[in-house]
Amino acid sequence: MRLKKALLLGIPALLLASASAFGAEPSFGWDVGVTDNAAEGEKFLYYVYVLIAVIVAFVFVLMAYIMIRFREKANPTPSKTTHHVGLEIVWTILPVLLLMTLVYPSFSTLFKQDIIKEADMTIKATGYTWHWQYDYVGMEDQIDEIISKPLSREEAGEDKYLLATNAPLVVPSGTKVKVLVTSDRNLHSFSVDPFWVKVDAIPGRINETWFEVYEGKEGTYYGQCAELCGINHYYMPIEVRVVTKDQFNSFVASGGDYASLPADKNAVQTAALNK
Amino acid sequence: MVAGYGDDHAHDHKPKFFTRWFYSTNHKDIGTLYLIFAIVAGVLGGFLSFWMRAELGEPGIQYFEDDIRRFNVYATMHGLIMIFFVVMPALIGGFGNWFVPIMIGAPDMAFPRMNNLSFWLLPTAFACICISFFVPGGEGGEAGFGGGWVMYPPLSTSGSPGPAFDFIIVGLLAAGFSSIFGAINFITTILNMRAPGMTMHKMPLFAWSVLVTAFLLLLALPVLAASLFMLLTDRIPGGTGFFDPSMGGDPVMFQHLFWFFGHPEVYIMILPAFGIVSHVVSTASKKPIFGYLGMAYAMVAIGVVGFVVWAHHMYTVGMHPFLKAYFVAATLVIAVPTGVKVFSWLATMWGGSIRFTIPMQWALAFIILFVIGGVTGVVLANASIDTLLHDTYFVVAHFHYVLSMGAVFGIFCGFYYWFGKMSGYLYNKWLAGAHFWLFFIGVNLIFMPQHFMDMKRRYVDYPVEMADLNWLSTMGIIPTGLGMLFFFLMLIEAFIVRRPAGDNYWGEGATTLEWTLSSPPPFHQFNKLPVMEYDDHH
Ligand code: HEM
Ligand SMILES: [Cu+2]
Ligand SMILES: [Cu+2]
Repeated sequence: MRLKKALLLGIPALLLASASAFGAEPSFGWDVGVTDNAAEGEKFLYYVYVLIAVIVAFVFVLMAYIMIRFREKANPTPSKTTHHVGLEIVWTILPVLLLMTLVYPSFSTLFKQDIIKEADMTIKATGYTWHWQYDYVGMEDQIDEIISKPLSREEAGEDKYLLATNAPLVVPSGTKVKVLVTSDRNLHSFSVDPFWVKVDAIPGRINETWFEVYEGKEGTYYGQCAELCGINHYYMPIEVRVVTKDQFNSFVASGGDYASLPADKNAVQTAALNK
Repeated sequence: MVAGYGDDHAHDHKPKFFTRWFYSTNHKDIGTLYLIFAIVAGVLGGFLSFWMRAELGEPGIQYFEDDIRRFNVYATMHGLIMIFFVVMPALIGGFGNWFVPIMIGAPDMAFPRMNNLSFWLLPTAFACICISFFVPGGEGGEAGFGGGWVMYPPLSTSGSPGPAFDFIIVGLLAAGFSSIFGAINFITTILNMRAPGMTMHKMPLFAWSVLVTAFLLLLALPVLAASLFMLLTDRIPGGTGFFDPSMGGDPVMFQHLFWFFGHPEVYIMILPAFGIVSHVVSTASKKPIFGYLGMAYAMVAIGVVGFVVWAHHMYTVGMHPFLKAYFVAATLVIAVPTGVKVFSWLATMWGGSIRFTIPMQWALAFIILFVIGGVTGVVLANASIDTLLHDTYFVVAHFHYVLSMGAVFGIFCGFYYWFGKMSGYLYNKWLAGAHFWLFFIGVNLIFMPQHFMDMKRRYVDYPVEMADLNWLSTMGIIPTGLGMLFFFLMLIEAFIVRRPAGDNYWGEGATTLEWTLSSPPPFHQFNKLPVMEYDDHH
């Protein structure tokens, strides 16, 4: 009996604890939600985390209770029950209901991510073995393609090694950027976690994705290749420099001179940083 | 219980060593061969993974300086070996062969000679896989194939010109045929050779699980074989271009074909473990399985739905969002029969008189790990979240929770449950307990931190910010490795001390037919078929 009481108190306590543990201080190691898709994706992800934490807590507490209450010493004669239709219906229907709560947010975030709004500018990202190239589609006469190669450990420094490149992709904030992604030879994946963006680069296909970084969230953001592409798969980072629209315009006007951009504390400042 | 079976121990002739083990057509001997094979392959596959984990223990490149591509080769080999040469042979070939015929009251498998072929194709296949490790594969002539166990082209066609990948194709084709033959054998045996009175709805759940698995094998493996052949002809210079865009082909086509096989494959690895865990939970609780029919049909449902969810592995290839939405919904559906399994295990324990035997500890750990791996699966099922998590260590953690821990815990669960029955000897409980606890702590230490790593998969080196969790994860290989050491100590001790095991050393909870036989069972059992006398579910 005492156990039952403990259980009645214990379950909600555990649920609360686990919910607050997951829900309270979201930390992804980057600025939370610098794009709409990232902000909504994170919100949905926390919801799923809380849901699964509750499920796991429920199952584990139940299991612990059973293991204590029905251990051989406490319950020497086993019951013979093998059916309980009501119970079986409940544990079929209840998960269905819980899963239904996922469907709406899952689909709505999905459609927002995938259905590309009228874009303000278009970038073509091509995966090579092993670096990325960015073309400003429709602006080719103003700005050359960017060939973005990873920096060595010495150039990048310990902290930014495997993330920093010699020539980041530069895009304006507050602008819907459509990215066309393809590859010359092997598979790669254009993946920038802070924007909640990942789409495979496939030879013979052009995939698309998009992002719009909030104004005020300018800065340097990093991504890494996310589809096995051979020897240097770990060593073909994606660096995106988000600047204000004005800064972007002067960057374009300068013909793509990184020196025209203001310094960024989160980026590597080296002489190597240019094409 | 069971009446009317008879065994003439006096005439229990065993053939001589070579004939017995190399020409073997006896389901128990073949089962033993499969188990030994899986243990040997498991040591190799485990060694590869420990080496990778050691490399990832700190940032920088420690052990793969000479050829960093070798890391990808290790990952590929580790994945292929663990799946095709450890988990499948142990669960299906090993325990399936040993106990399916006995549990349904049959004297042997339906096609004993094909059974022999099934087994011997496997070392052949494994030899090919091992050769691949040493022959040139990369574009610079480096040894081995580094394209991942998923073998996506173009890395597996134009990206791996050397013969290394051809050896893998041949090896996997051989392993695939081995499994197809095995599947045919199990289906025929289970459908036709059940003892009188053993209706489908009285058949033990392990036999059910192997039946469903066999159907999955039969339907999925030919697709793998076909796609491997297509890779093979694509690789021939001037050959076909199924997956080559410059010839009008499409690399994504391969991914669809592969995962049409690959997703059922993950259920192939877990369903037999479900069956084993059901028996162990019921035995240790001294209670029949709760909701037997629900349990059996939940497995059937998982098997059926498992064929229509494959593209959840491909959310980032550029599918139409409506198509993704379908795969999200279909994938979430699988959580329902999976939940039925978990709750039925708990309900089986409810009201029971639970003994925490060694196999029961593995079974309980299986449930814990499977629940964790299952809920992270629910996370990944959502395409919009998978945008973030695809090809990261979250996925690695998820599938190791269900595979390396789920399926492997199912294997050890069955191993300790039936060890006395198979060998005739009892194991030392202290050594077995040490194995369990070290292994359980170790694998959790390895894989729990990986959920939070924010690191991409198949990386030999990573930015320093990911160092701490990687170090923690690598520390986990110490208890895991020690645990495996105790496993072998346990085996050695048991065969030296030779404590004889009784017919039914688990007592009243163990009600399936293998417990009516001696330990080990006679070379040929059920010369006179057992008759199921009373109406009982297992
Ligand atoms: C405790 C033992 C194990 C450890 C320490 C371990 C570790 C690893 C590591 C480090 C990787 C490479 C991950 C990456 O770079 O992306 C990996 C991949 C993999 N592991 Fe394990 N693993 C273990 C057991 C297993 C088992 C038992 C299975 C079996 C079913 C398994 C299946 C796989 C698969 C399929 C891959 C993917 C290979 C690929 O990327 O192509 N692992 N494992
Ligand atoms: Cu890559
Ligand atoms: Cu899957």
